[in-house]
Amino acid sequence: MIDDDALTRDGLAAAGEGRVLVLACGALAHEILAIKALNALDHLDLQCLPAILHNHPDRIAPAVEAAIAEQTGRYARIFVAYADCGTGGELQACCARLGVEMIAGPHCYAFFDGIERFAARDEIDAFYLTDFLARQFDAFVTRPLGLDRHPQLRDTYFRHYSKLVYLSQTEDAALLARAQDAAAALDLAFEHRPTGYGDLASSLKGL
Amino acid sequence: MSDEDDIILKDLNDEELVAQMFDDLYDGLREEIEESVNILLSRDWPPYRILTEALVGGMTIVGHDFRDGILFVPEVLLAANAMKGGMAILKPLLAETGAPRVGKMVIGTVKGDIHDIGKNLVGMMMEGAGFEVVDIGINNAVEKYIETAKAEGADIIGMSALLTTTMPYMKVVIDTLVAEGIRDDYIVLVGGAPLNEEFGKAIGADAYCRDAAVAVETAKEWMARKHNRMSA
Repeated sequence: MIDDDALTRDGLAAAGEGRVLVLACGALAHEILAIKALNALDHLDLQCLPAILHNHPDRIAPAVEAAIAEQTGRYARIFVAYADCGTGGELQACCARLGVEMIAGPHCYAFFDGIERFAARDEIDAFYLTDFLARQFDAFVTRPLGLDRHPQLRDTYFRHYSKLVYLSQTEDAALLARAQDAAAALDLAFEHRPTGYGDLASSLKGL
Repeated sequence: MSDEDDIILKDLNDEELVAQMFDDLYDGLREEIEESVNILLSRDWPPYRILTEALVGGMTIVGHDFRDGILFVPEVLLAANAMKGGMAILKPLLAETGAPRVGKMVIGTVKGDIHDIGKNLVGMMMEGAGFEVVDIGINNAVEKYIETAKAEGADIIGMSALLTTTMPYMKVVIDTLVAEGIRDDYIVLVGGAPLNEEFGKAIGADAYCRDAAVAVETAKEWMARKHNRMSA
């Protein structure tokens, strides 16, 4: 089992003999490895950038570009397993310039839920967690937002949200309880939406 | 208990008190800021001087340290909350004493977006810089921007977005201003985490503002241009 703290902080180095490199957000490592195993996608190697880039979208495109530059010539094909992820189109522009493909859509919440279904929901006041974010809630939400040190800031951040939606990739009672705790901590209503791997699975199976 | 807890604010002279207010703003100490504002008022400081020299001066340091990666969002929010405490005391007095008005801004987060932290910081710093700010809140359709700008006789329309999915709506607002033939009546400033200068230019905004301090400087600059145009 890969350590979540390491995925958050450091990412994951590429390993394997595959001819296709999947360059992904560390928050997707468990899911990508599970899809790979379930579908015997042995031609895929996985490399992850630190998941905490999620909190600094301006750093994603430069980090992806640097990683691609490092891997050039080692793989027949590189696939970027990120959606736009708050980069404001920067990542799409970077991938287009470098001639590599990436996942469509605004973020992983959308491709787990299914991009079209997610768009049709038109939820503007939902705060999302995935399995990874439910496990790493403190590293991605509590500590960076200073809620551990200044709990009075909670409403400044979250007063316009109405609910926390847990998009679960796996069935895990302990994680479900953690997501519920997160909703309670943010004083939001809770909704559980089991998604499985959504459009992530079809993206990888097509490689 | 630290030494700072022993400081008696009213025993400090003006210069020391303003320096202490800079520290207290930096540390997000709202009650201390409120007390210091009242002390300066009791010493006959004009409200506008307290606002600019003590509060805006202190927040400028906070803004610089945020820009330079020394302070982070939670600390900036606490500082802003402390400044808000001081502003709440000064605001009615500023109106009474005829403090200079630099211009009027309508500011809001665009349709589909509920994030308002950046917008609120910009609004507060604009007020501190002498702008009158009409905050229309979150999730604003084009009609709300335009109706409010017209009704208020605004000089500036400010739009904020945090999401890649909502930032294109800024173009809808600007295109509507153009279609109604009123684009040149307003200075249009845009900001938000996923934006950049290129995006601002592409949608036809007058300027993209990276942070609250830049927004204030940009707004002042564009207001000066507007006055120059009008007097030419």
